[in-house]
Amino acid sequence: MFNLKNKFVRHVLQAINYGIFIGLIAYFSTSPAYRQLDDDQAVITISFRHAGEIREPCQKRSQEELMALSPNMRAPMNCTRERSPVIIEVLLDGLPMYAHTAEAPGLYKDSGIDIYHTLKVPAGRHHLAIKMDDSVLQEGFTHHFSQHVEIAPAQILLVGFEVSRGFVIK
Amino acid sequence: MKRAYLALESWFNISFGTEWNPMYHLGTLTFFLFWIILVSGLYLFGFFHGSIDGAYASVEYITHEQWYVAGVMRSLHRYASDAAIITILLHLFKEFASGRYHGSRWFSWVSGLPTLWLVVTLGITGYWLVWDELAQYVAIGSARLLDSLPIFSGSMASNFLQGQMTDRFFILIEFLHLLGQPLILFFLLWLHVKRLSNVNINPPRGLAIGFFLALLVLSFIKPAVSHAPANLSSMPTVLELDWFYLNAYPLMDYWSEGKTWLLATAITVILMLLPWLPAKKDAPAAVVDLAHCNGCELCFDDCPFEAISVQARTDGAKFEKEVVVDPNLCASCGICMASCPSSNPFRQTNEELKTGIDMPGLPVDQVRTLTKAAVAAMTGPANILLVGCEHGFNVSQLDDDETRSVKLMCSGMMPPTMVEYALKKGADGVMIVGCRHNDCFFRFGNLWVDQRFSGERKPILRGRADRRRIKVFGGAETDKKSIKNELEVFRQELLTMTERVDLPEQPEMNESPNV
Repeated sequence: MFNLKNKFVRHVLQAINYGIFIGLIAYFSTSPAYRQLDDDQAVITISFRHAGEIREPCQKRSQEELMALSPNMRAPMNCTRERSPVIIEVLLDGLPMYAHTAEAPGLYKDSGIDIYHTLKVPAGRHHLAIKMDDSVLQEGFTHHFSQHVEIAPAQILLVGFEVSRGFVIK
Repeated sequence: MKRAYLALESWFNISFGTEWNPMYHLGTLTFFLFWIILVSGLYLFGFFHGSIDGAYASVEYITHEQWYVAGVMRSLHRYASDAAIITILLHLFKEFASGRYHGSRWFSWVSGLPTLWLVVTLGITGYWLVWDELAQYVAIGSARLLDSLPIFSGSMASNFLQGQMTDRFFILIEFLHLLGQPLILFFLLWLHVKRLSNVNINPPRGLAIGFFLALLVLSFIKPAVSHAPANLSSMPTVLELDWFYLNAYPLMDYWSEGKTWLLATAITVILMLLPWLPAKKDAPAAVVDLAHCNGCELCFDDCPFEAISVQARTDGAKFEKEVVVDPNLCASCGICMASCPSSNPFRQTNEELKTGIDMPGLPVDQVRTLTKAAVAAMTGPANILLVGCEHGFNVSQLDDDETRSVKLMCSGMMPPTMVEYALKKGADGVMIVGCRHNDCFFRFGNLWVDQRFSGERKPILRGRADRRRIKVFGGAETDKKSIKNELEVFRQELLTMTERVDLPEQPEMNESPNV
């Protein structure tokens, strides 16, 4: 094992080692730069919380059925808890960009569904179409959105959903 | 891999010497960096405003308005955090490359991994607090990672949409970064060193000063600065990532959240299982023989792994205490055997040598037999007994007519009286070759040897032993050349010694000195 006796040389070597050490830190603490998005790209974010429709139609209880229940349980309608999955499809300029089927979470599949998805798209003018099916009791998609949108480079176009208004650009 | 590590270690030995070699102080250096992070962090906290509007502005004030103190503190905080990742990874590499994670040492290995992950998450939450574009990227990325786990209801990522953020977010992150995570880290560090004795958390002063100055210089050369302020209505295009902490995020962008989790989990599980892949058992644990133990506690003081405890005497002997070995903690280094004053080869010369604490894998009686046989086999003018350890240089490579070796579990397993014994039996010199100085496989073996031989630690090498004929040297398996050189230099020294200071005859003892 080589043992360096010359203190000056040893200090110089130490300085070189420290230099390499802080050089590594200096470089990797900021470099190489990471490009998350091209300069001519933008983002569409679809984000909303929505509960699918009840999976089975509610049944009206007969008088006999009601009487068989304890007084505090005598609701006139018998509804199951399970909700329909939510199916969503996104098309940009007619091209499918995203399709997703979300099962209702929860032990009884009765909770609301959270949709959060981002799409990197070229900036500029596009035709955005969104279709959503939230009921197994109806054929086809239950909600539609179709609109021309203008998106600036690096802009995040946020699309939400409200039961009363349907899909909205926020 | 071990050779790569030893080459790195050798390079630092040249420039720093064995006392300051950073590779021998990676744990304590990490502690030191944590101190820098803590002190600088506390200072920064005094100027930080935990709110959407205030966070970025306060960090800008810290960076630019009060650059001469707070700005430097910010840079130190950041760069010491980066340096900690380097020292932790080197620590992991070193322990792995040198095989110090098997057997009873699994606990320190396994408890170190969550510590590493916690440090990474601590750094990540630190980046959130700045609330610049990088913070925005990290916050949304982290939320996506958590959303991909099936344990959270709702979407965390949707909290980072335009108009959704509230100041409560900063209260949560401040709590995590300033209190929650540091407290857990403190606990994990305590757990990590729990099975070690004589734990030192301070690096040599010179090394600490060197590290601090290096980070200070870096803080002035390249002060840590923020990106543009976070803007949730646009996505940052180019980010200057801190790759020490944020490397998982681009991977997640490139792959997916699920695959990133899978990779992190796979790495963690494999690392966690390493101590048992393949299962490698330590040699049998040390065994106490109360008939030869007077409860002096020297073995308790010397055990590097907290495997020995002291309790009230149970055998009715006149002594107050006795020692007990926990086989689950014992790394089978044999250091305790050399600590025991009963491990004296001048005792019980005509029968099996028994001692107070012994190694079933290589009992003291066998060490005496091997020593005696090795000395008897040499026929040269300057015969040297080489004492080596299983984890350093393989001393048997140097066996010849005037050199014979005895390999122990650790150089610290050689009782000082056994060295006297070898000289008494005819060896002209005894050279002990343990691991490299300050890098004992069993932590303190070569240090205890030095201290015993210099009279600082019991059992000491007695004054009547001719100290000129004893040499201690440290070397790894790749140091054959330098060890051979030292051996030859030592042999030449022995040849020039005209007179031999013979030990006075020692009467045969059939009982332990104190039993």
